[in-house]
Formats: sequence, C-alpha cells, structure tokens
Amino acid sequence: MSEYLFRAIDIHKYFAGVRALDGVSLEIKPGEIHCLAGENGCGKSTLIKIISGVYQRDSGIIEFEGEQLKKITPIDAIKRGIQVIYQDFSIFPNLTVMENLAINSQLVENKRLVNWKHMRETARTAIERIGFKVDLDVTLGTLSVAEKQMVAICRALMFNAKLIIMDEPTTALTKKEVKALFKVILQLKEQGISILFVSHKLDEVFEISERFTVFRSGKLIATGNTKELDDKKFSYYMTGREFEVRSFVPDKLSEKPILEVDNLSLPGSFEKISFSVKGGEILGITGLLDSGRTELALALFGIHPAKEGEIRIHGRAVKISSPQKAIQNKIGFVPEDRLSEGLFLPQSIGDNIIISEIDHLKKSGIMDKKKCRDEILHWVKEMAIATPDPENAASTLSGGNQQRVVLAKWLACSPDILILNGPTVGVDIGSKHDIHGILQELANKGMAIIIISDDLPEVIENCSRLLILKGGKESGKMSTHEITEKMILDKMM
Amino acid sequence: MQNKVRKLFQQNETYIFLIIFALTILIQARSGQFYTPNNIVDIMSAMIVPGLFAVGAFLVILSGGIDVSFPALASLTAFATTKFLLDINYQGSVLVPILMAIIIGAALGAVNGIFAGLLNLPAMIVTLGTSSVFKGIMQGTLQSKQLAVIPKGMKQFGRRALFTAANKSNGLSSSLPVAFLVLVVVAALTFFVLKFTMFGRGVYAIGGNENAAYNAGFKVKKTKFLLYVFTGIVASIAGIIRVCMMQQCHPTNMLGMEMNIIAGVVLGGTAIVGGKGTMTGCMLGTLLIVLVENSLILIGVPVIWKDVFVGVLIVVGTAVSAYQAEKTGHRKRRGHEVKEAS
Amino acid sequence: MNERQTQAGLRIKSAYMRDRHLWRLIIIMLLWFIFMAVTRFSKFYTVVNFQTMFAQFPEFGLMSLGVMVCMITGGIDLSTVGIANVTAISTALLMQHIGGDSRHISVFWVVVVFLLAIVVGMIAGGLNGMLVAKLHIPPILATLGMGELFTGIGIVLTNGSAISDFPTTYAFAVNNRVLGIPVQFLIFAAAAVILSFMLIKTTYGKKLILLGTSQNVAKYSGLKVDMILIKTYLISGVCSALGGMIMLANYNSARADYGSNYTLQCILIVVLGGVSPNGGKGKISGVLLAIFLVRALETGLNRFPQISSYYVSLIWGAVLLLVMVLNYFTENDISLFKKKPNNFHAD
Repeated sequence: MSEYLFRAIDIHKYFAGVRALDGVSLEIKPGEIHCLAGENGCGKSTLIKIISGVYQRDSGIIEFEGEQLKKITPIDAIKRGIQVIYQDFSIFPNLTVMENLAINSQLVENKRLVNWKHMRETARTAIERIGFKVDLDVTLGTLSVAEKQMVAICRALMFNAKLIIMDEPTTALTKKEVKALFKVILQLKEQGISILFVSHKLDEVFEISERFTVFRSGKLIATGNTKELDDKKFSYYMTGREFEVRSFVPDKLSEKPILEVDNLSLPGSFEKISFSVKGGEILGITGLLDSGRTELALALFGIHPAKEGEIRIHGRAVKISSPQKAIQNKIGFVPEDRLSEGLFLPQSIGDNIIISEIDHLKKSGIMDKKKCRDEILHWVKEMAIATPDPENAASTLSGGNQQRVVLAKWLACSPDILILNGPTVGVDIGSKHDIHGILQELANKGMAIIIISDDLPEVIENCSRLLILKGGKESGKMSTHEITEKMILDKMM
Repeated sequence: MQNKVRKLFQQNETYIFLIIFALTILIQARSGQFYTPNNIVDIMSAMIVPGLFAVGAFLVILSGGIDVSFPALASLTAFATTKFLLDINYQGSVLVPILMAIIIGAALGAVNGIFAGLLNLPAMIVTLGTSSVFKGIMQGTLQSKQLAVIPKGMKQFGRRALFTAANKSNGLSSSLPVAFLVLVVVAALTFFVLKFTMFGRGVYAIGGNENAAYNAGFKVKKTKFLLYVFTGIVASIAGIIRVCMMQQCHPTNMLGMEMNIIAGVVLGGTAIVGGKGTMTGCMLGTLLIVLVENSLILIGVPVIWKDVFVGVLIVVGTAVSAYQAEKTGHRKRRGHEVKEAS
Repeated sequence: MNERQTQAGLRIKSAYMRDRHLWRLIIIMLLWFIFMAVTRFSKFYTVVNFQTMFAQFPEFGLMSLGVMVCMITGGIDLSTVGIANVTAISTALLMQHIGGDSRHISVFWVVVVFLLAIVVGMIAGGLNGMLVAKLHIPPILATLGMGELFTGIGIVLTNGSAISDFPTTYAFAVNNRVLGIPVQFLIFAAAAVILSFMLIKTTYGKKLILLGTSQNVAKYSGLKVDMILIKTYLISGVCSALGGMIMLANYNSARADYGSNYTLQCILIVVLGGVSPNGGKGKISGVLLAIFLVRALETGLNRFPQISSYYVSLIWGAVLLLVMVLNYFTENDISLFKKKPNNFHAD
C-alpha cells in the first residue's frame, strides 16, 4: 500500500472543447489536512466533482487506498469513503434534520423502505460523534448557516469517511463559527480522517493545513508543506502576479460631511448607530456576521428602511424608504451577493451597466439607443472590463470582471455616496487589488465611500476610519493608522 | 402533550380541517341537510374521481413539477378503452378495462415523463403540449363522440354499491360505488410510499433541492419519470371509473378539471414549488373544493355562484399561505439573528 | 477584403444565432405557405380566405400578447379568458340597456363601450397585479383563482346562458372592413404597435426583461418592482378585454364559457414565439409570428376536408414539443447520452 490515501495523476477534463483541467495532480496522505487553493475558475471545483463522481475525467489516473478507480459514480465515491461537503451543503431545506442526516446512509445501503426509528438512531449517532447539539425534528431550513454546515459534516462522517472534501467551507461563517469548524476538523484528523480543504483565503490555509496544492487556470502550479509557504509566495502561486500593498491616505476631504447618520435603529437588527462620512474619505464598517453590518447597509439603501434615527445628506435630512429614494439621493449600493443581488447574469453586460440610470437615457420618453451604447462603451473602457463584446451575457465574465460591472452600474448613476457590502467576496486576488485601486481613486475624486466587510486586511488597507459593530451596537470607532487586526478583533468579539 | 397541540396548530391540515368543519356546520345549520346519510354518501362518491386526479397532481407538484394534462390523458384512455371493448363486443368483467387503462395510461404518462422528467423541460409547458396532443388523438384520430352504451362489465361495476344510505326524512337514498375503494387503496398506497419508502422520500428530496438529491445519489430523472407514469396510470383509472359511474362515455366532460384539482392540492398545503405537502392535506384540500362545488345549493346559494365561490376560495387560500410563508420567513430571519446575538 | 467578408459572415451568423428562434418560425411558416401553394393554391390563396384569417386571430392574438408580457416577468396569466368573457358580457349588457328595444346604438356609444371595456380590463388586470406584486401569491395561482372568479361573475351576470339580443350595430361595426382590411385586425394591429413601441422603444421593455431575469436583482438595482408587475398584469388585462370585445363581435353573442381553450392556446403560442416560461427572455416579433402561424396552420388544415379539424390541437401540441426539444438541444449543447447534473457551474 502506498504512502498516499488518495492520488489523482495527470487529470485532463474538457467541457465542450474548453480545457478545464490540464494534467493536474493531487496527492493526499492518510490523516492529513490538505489545502487546495486557487483563484475562481482554476479548476479546483472541477477536480472535486471528478473525485466525487459528478463529472467523469477525460484522462488520467485516480487511486484510492492503492486501488485504481476507473469510473466513479456518486454512490461509488460515498461507498469508498469519499465525502464532499459542497458550498451549498447539498441539503434538503424542506426535510427535518434527522432525515437530512439519515437519508444518505439509507441510499447507500440501498434500502427501499424507510425505518423511521432506525433513521432516528442513525441521526443521533451521527451528531454525537462530534458532539453537535440540535433538535432532530426541526426543519433544516430554519437552522443557521453554521448549523447547516454541521449537519452536512455529521452526514459526511456517517459512511466511514476516509476523505472529506470541504468546498470553501468558511464563506458564510462568522469568525467564531470558523473557529468551531477548525476544532471539528482537527478532531476528525485525530480520528484518522483526511481532509481536503478548498479555500482561497490565505489565513485559513496557514492556520489549518499541513500541506497545500495550488492550481491556476487548470494547471498544477505548486504543492508542498504549508510551513514553507508565505503570503507573498502564496499570492504569486495563485495569480502569477506580484502585488504591493497600497494603503489609502485620503487626499483632500470635503469640508462638511456628505452623509451623516444619527442614532439609526432597526429593532432586532441594529441600534443607535451614528457616523458621518466626508467626501474623499473611505469609511470601513466591520463586525461579525451577526453584528448587524449587512442590515445597516440595507437600511442605508432603503431595502429594509430603519425605523428610528435620522439620515442627513449634504446636511439635509432625508427619508430613505426605498432603493429609488436612495438613488435619488445619489447613493449607490454594491450588494453582498453578486449572483442573486448584483447582476442579471444571463443578460448582457451592457444592460447590467445601464439599468439603474436607464430613466435618464431617454429622449421624450423614448430610449436613446445611441446614448445607451455610448454609455456602455464608456464604462466598459473606464472599468477595463475584459470582454470582446458588451452584448455578451454577464455570466461569461470572471468574478472580478462581474464585480466591475456592478461597480460600473452604480458609477454610471454618478453617486455622491457609494456603499459596498463585501466588495471583493469571491473575487480573485488580482481583481481584488484592481478594485481597491478603483475605490481609492474614486475617493480621491471626492466621493464618499463606505466599505462594509469582515475582511480585515481589506478594511485596514483601504479605509481611513473604521466603525466596528457588535451585536447590532457600535463597539468602537478607530482611525486605521497604526492599527492591527488584533485590535479590531478585540472590539468585534 | 402541549408540544403536540402546538405542532397540530402549525400544520396546514389542521386549519383546512377546521375550515371544512365550519363549512359543514354552516351548511347543516342553514339546510339541516348536510349531516344526513345520503348527503355524506353523495359527497364521498363525488370525491372519487377528483380524489384520484388529485393524488397524481399532488405527487408531481411535490417533486417540483406540474401536470395539467391528466384530464386529457384520462379522457383519451377512457374513450379508447371503452370504444375498443365495445368494438370487440367484450362481455367480461371490469378487470380487463382497468388493466387496459393502466397500460395506456402508463404509456401516455411516459410521454410526459420523457419530456418533463428525462429531458427536464419545463413541466407546465410540456404537459400543456401533451394535453393538446392527447385531445387531438382522441377527437381527431379516434373521432370521439359520446358513447351511450358501455360494456356490461363496466356498467355493473359502476352500479355495484358498497352500501346504500337512505335519508328517512325525505326518502332520498344514495349508494356508495365500489369504486370508492379504489380511491381508498390508491390514497393509502401513496401515503405509504411517500412516508415509508426511499422512493417517496426521494420525491420530497427532489422537490426540496434537486441538485442535492442528485448529489446524494437519488435517481432524480428516473424518479421524475416514474411519477409522470404513475400519474398517467392513476388518472386513467379515474377516467374509467368515471365512465363506469356515469354509465356512459362522454369524452370531453372531464376536460378543464385540471385547474380546480391543482387548486385543491395547493389549498391542502402543498407548496406549488414542490417539496412540501402531505397526502392528508391533499385529500382535505380536494374535499374542500368538492364541498364548495356540490353543497352550496344546500345553503340556498344558486349554482351559478359556484365559480365565484371557488375563485374567491383559491385567491384567499393562496393569499393566506403566501402571507404565512412570508411571515415565517421573516420570523426565521429575526429569530436567527437574536439567537446568534445572545 | 477577405477579412471584411468573413466579418460580415460572422455578423450574419451571430444575427442568426441571436434570433435563432425567430428564423426557425419564419422557415416553418414559409414551408407551410409553400406547401399550401403546391397542394391547395386556389383555395388557400384567396383574398377572402386571408380576410377571414385576419378577422379570426385577433381574439386569441390579443390575449396571447397579454400572456406574453406576464410570462416575460416569469409569471403567467391564466385569467385572460375569464377577463375577456366578463368584459364581453358586461359591455353586451350595457349596450342592451342603452339600445333598449331598438337594438341600435350610435357609433359614439360603440366608442364609449370600447373605452369602458379597456377600463374593465384595467381593473381586472390591476387586481391580478396587486395579488402578485403586493401579496406575493405565485402568479399561476393568483390568476387561476381570479380567472375562475371572473368566469363566475360572468355566469352570475348571465345566469349561465348566452346574451345575443344586444344592439346589432356593434357587431356590424366591428365585423366591418376598412379598405378591405377587417376591423378586428386593425384593433389588434393598434394594440400590437403600441405594445411593440413600449417594449422596444421605451425603458419599460428593458426593465421587464431584467425584472423577469431576477426580481431580487431588480430590487437592488432600484427598479420599482411592484409597479412594473402591476403595470404588466394591467396591460395583460387590457389585451384580454379587447380580445373579449372581438369575441363578442365574432360570435355576435357573449357567454361565460366562450373560448375556454384559449387559455392553453395562448400559452402555447407565447412559448412557440420564443418566450421563456422562466422569464427574462422573449420578443414580441416572435409572438406575433407564432400567432399568425397558428392561425395559418389551422386555416390551411381546414382546406383539407378529409382531415378532421380536431387534428389541429394534435399538431399544435406536437409543434410545441418539437420546438422545445429543438431549443433544448441547440441552446444547451447537450447530448442525450451524457449524464449531467442539473446546473452546471465550473468553479
């Protein structure tokens, strides 16, 4: 038997003639935590789906426990002890926790009938294995994201799992929950289970993994011990570029604040939040997932308006009761989830850019086609959106370019205030760097910018001041000069 | 105990049961005619065909699809079977017609299954299309017209009663056809399959999250395909039963029933997007529609008001469930935040 | 030079690809017209035949336009026939009242009656819109219930029977021809032109398509989602009401269950015309073609007496399924034999 639990050697995969994987390899030892990293579109998800039997490879060898596997089906993979926890956890929101836990084992055992008592026992054993406490009879849809993930992990453990693959498991978790997750992962490692941890977040890779593998554009770039890795090397492997950190220093501030918020409250979400932003300044708002930061952002843009308090723009009190009102008051908003809130994916890049300012692009009630086209071409060029034709669907773009489209949509409305909720979530390092550059430039041109993010290096690098929220209340205001992540974390927790 | 009571009041079935109960009390109070043996038996026999249709519609909706072709499918099967047996001068029992209906129904259901299940095309449009094709085959190719005579075996089956209930006060009596047992058997079978087989749980799983179901190892396409086949079979049996009960074959008078059947299923708490719903709710919802259609006359509402009432019922019923879904969604979000904050 | 040629070729190809659906309909239509020319030239290609066709399709054509706008938002309108009948019935009753025993009304009243029909359609469609936009009832259920309700009101108003003793002036006016063109068609054309203008030239069309793609993104982009939805169902209501007015003229009577198979036929036409049932995709040109194609198919078939007219529904269904399967294979680039999960996303 080889030293490796799992080996994939020289895997190739094409989709409709496009190469997704170009001879990549991956080796995992028994009981190790291995991190697979790479930008979006690098092929890591494709490889996972090949391992789990969702896709079939075009060529290459896959070995598990020393045995060569020819064709893998999802059931095969499960039977052999390979378990994948997908980003959406592959759970059934309409079924109870118990059924979600037990249904796979029933399928694997090829049961035709359901024994509810047996299912309950299976489910109970599953949650006890990692000491997870949950009511087995509640519908899964009512649980929090972290709880859902725990259910998915418990489910994965039930089949004598030898290799658990976690696809970007921390994306929707709070810091506290990530800590809890890592504890569980270490616990699993002690039980001799190998973990393939897929992530593109540096700090997580360093914290949890022993060995790493990096893919870029479908190719294997590097693999080795995490100890020998540092920040710089890691970003270089991921992107093939080297970056310098450009800390933002406000150039010239407007005399009076553009946006002032006074004692804003929305019961159940946030309470008595006050701050102000001047033109030329970037304010960071940070906090844990439950801190009310997203709710505050939504309130400022009128999606879920605040109940109490006052918002003043250019010194004038305004009521922002709907997104239209916010736009009228020259507020732009880049939402958290690009796919379900930011972009009309199947529609053209051009339409995505002009939709929010469309009512200004008409002449006596009729849409001015020429003006629309000019506007689109202008923004495609201005934001350096990499596309051969703005008529193409937004879904053809990479994450970074998609985010530029969302930015262009708001810049086209020439806002005074731009609010960004997680501006670089799911954006690769290269584009992230570019987007930060754009934001800093906009601030220097006099715009008031608010970045809401829990990516601490991001806020430290780009913001001049910071508002920290905790449990819906303000827990601190700081200047980002000579500040450390530790200081922010203390206020957040 | 308290927990159980609370759970009871979270279920849609409880509310719809209470509404039905209230309605029957109202009818009883106004007419004194509802809780009479013959009326109850009448309602039960009126439930047979819609009930069978509802089972099929329910299963398909539960899996995240929809079928609007079952009345056309049932009409085609019933007409083709009856006509064929008349042509060969068949004299035997009802088993052969039912068997024939099952075979034809399965084949027609498989057509839906191929398009909507295997090819995964939008079910609503597919079944609209097949519905049109089935109608075309029946009226065009088979040149359907009313058949006043039906085979002897079917006639006897339609007449055979489980029991007869008489109303002493006005001398009216009604018999419950044996066919009622078919509904009971099909409903019980479906209940069992949904609750106690992996196939049944797969229907819920697919309705809840099709991708997850695929990843977990459910045979998604096969399950969906089989559901359309099953719906075809059940609808065809319903079609034959209807012919037997009416003692004649009227090829077009089932057409157009699909919308009220689906409305009944949804009123019974089945989510139109799939994944949520129970067999009990499905039957109660259908019963509510049947009651409104059949019993309004007992409280002195003229028959012409029937559609108005059914329409209002659908709008109010769906509005209430949409409102409930929104409220729980809201509470869920809030509750989640509060829990995390503490 | 050569390069320019290939570029032109590419442009033609991309124009074809973009409107693949439209081209396919045009080809089917041409084939049908050639087939009719070869087999039944003298019976099909007559002025009267075309005049009849143009007088017939506006009734369901108008309703199809209504279903189209709703389907682009990702919704549907199952209440079109209900609205059409309730409009026809209420206006017939009104005309009865105005005309009294004389069975004649002035042209002025015909115009008023039409305006009134539009108001009825606006109210009915607006109600649908409110249920969908404000109460968040799934459109299929909201319009199903409302359709039933409108039909019910129609039955109550007429006692379930037909109204035919209303002023003959009305049917005479609408069944007329202007320069050989049926008035029914003129009404349809006016509605189609206005709607095309709204969809192509004003921002409404763009907003409609984007809203149909994702209501949530539309909300975050600052579109007035509720207003657009209400407006859309309102337009559908008006289209249905006008369809009802034409039915009233064509049948010379009004009844609550007229045209009951139009509900499904309209959906068939709209999907045939290339509108995606999931919303966010569709062009009025495709739907207009589909409306005409359906009528041409049916009229053409009627020229073959040996073929039962009931075959028409078989053919519609088969064509619809065929078009869907074609779209499935061309637009997804999927081979039948490859297993794949339902949504594909690489990384």
